[in-house]
Amino acid sequence: MIKGLLGAIFASITAGLAGTYIVSRRMVFLSGGITHASFGGIGIGYFAGINPVLGAAIFGILSALGVEYLSVRHKVREDSAIGILWAFGMAIGIIFIYLTPGYAPDLMSYLFGSILTVTYADIVALGIMSFVLIIYFSAFYRTILYISFDESFARTYSSFVDIFKYVTTALVALTIVLNIRMAGVVLVLSLLTIPPNIAMIFTKVYSRILIWSVIAGFAGTSAGYTISYFAGIPVGATIIFTLILIWVIVKGLNRVFRKVPVSP
Amino acid sequence: MTTLLEMHSISASYGAGVVLHDINFKVSESDFIGVIGPNGGGKTTLLRLILGLIKPLKGKIIFSSELLSGNKTGYLPQISTGDVQYPVTVTDVILSGMMMCKKILSRMSLSDKKRAQEIIDELGLSGLEHASLSELSGGQLQRVFLGRAIIGNPKLLLLDEPGNFVDSTFENDFYGKLKDLNSRMAILMVSHDIGIISSHVKSYACVNRDLHYHPSSEITNEQLLAYGCPIQLITHGQVPHTVLKYHN
Repeated sequence: MIKGLLGAIFASITAGLAGTYIVSRRMVFLSGGITHASFGGIGIGYFAGINPVLGAAIFGILSALGVEYLSVRHKVREDSAIGILWAFGMAIGIIFIYLTPGYAPDLMSYLFGSILTVTYADIVALGIMSFVLIIYFSAFYRTILYISFDESFARTYSSFVDIFKYVTTALVALTIVLNIRMAGVVLVLSLLTIPPNIAMIFTKVYSRILIWSVIAGFAGTSAGYTISYFAGIPVGATIIFTLILIWVIVKGLNRVFRKVPVSP
Repeated sequence: MTTLLEMHSISASYGAGVVLHDINFKVSESDFIGVIGPNGGGKTTLLRLILGLIKPLKGKIIFSSELLSGNKTGYLPQISTGDVQYPVTVTDVILSGMMMCKKILSRMSLSDKKRAQEIIDELGLSGLEHASLSELSGGQLQRVFLGRAIIGNPKLLLLDEPGNFVDSTFENDFYGKLKDLNSRMAILMVSHDIGIISSHVKSYACVNRDLHYHPSSEITNEQLLAYGCPIQLITHGQVPHTVLKYHN
């Protein structure tokens, strides 16, 4: 239970912060690509007998940097590159898991996630990631905000734009991979994208979207976890379902009352 | 009059092919130069060179110490660069213009925020401080980006096609504002609509692969032809009218 609670807290912090970045920068599709590419790393991890999360992390970060690099150079159509990467990762993953002798016991938990099979090592990794992201977002708040709002203007005063994009995208990739243990390859993207969308119903101020995303994420994760525990249904799917339900209700209420507080 | 920047036999390319060829050009304090020329003639490339976004193939640009230190250059890009749906407030966008004077780790001080409020009031955006960009009209948006360009008190202001998005009610205000600003900074304004700007600039630069500097605000079609600058000219006599080529 403690493990579940800590998992929910750290997942909401990491997914809320990284999620705000990808949603506002319209990188949701890229993030989907990263998620599925990292499945290739999971497969190779199984095959080689190393920790699948480590394999996923390497695959995820490399594919994220690869797509950012290609889009900076304008060499390839970005969405096509992402689509190819997406399928490539899944194909590699499936092939290597098939080639691995014996049955991969917690493969389902990588696909659909499970807080129950999450280890303490996973929780510690997520905890460290939360800490890193909080420091990163508070130290570089303005820089992150302005570069992702108007990259070409940022280039007129800073020569760090590309480095920042690479570092932030790598952190996003790492966040996704660590959260795969919670929600699974198939569902993890919604853990990052729904909370900021709930937050953006209340506010258009970036710093508040960050905070509200974490809160909304925690509400959805903890409620989903509790429901799944008592109803005996898969936890990842329950969390995502709860989050979407919250989004629909908040959106509906906002429409009924039509009062959007945008005050400072 | 202090020289802000000098370009010596600059050639530059953007994508494939040379866009600017052997350019010599000088901007001094209190200049208000209209940069005109056909599309693809190299106007924006000229701005990008000054901003340091591209490096010249040949030649060199000498910046004055004022431009190199702290407050570099204010820049109003063509509006399409920022994402209007992005969750960012008017105040934050204007504050982002301060980043050119700051280190990446520094925060916005109280005096930065006061300065942003002054700019907001000066540009008639009061009450919209916390509005997001998607709630603004085209003219308001343009003023926000102008605010971002001037908050750092630059010595040189670069404007890329500012006329494109100005609504007509704000148009006179906008150019009046530029005139005020010109008393404290040099302005370089790219436009292909020289009719509108002819009553505001002090001199012209015609850019079409070459650069011809024309040291007055009066310019005729014959001169444009001689400069190799095939653009339409509207003159302001008693009645504003367009001068066209002779035709049957």
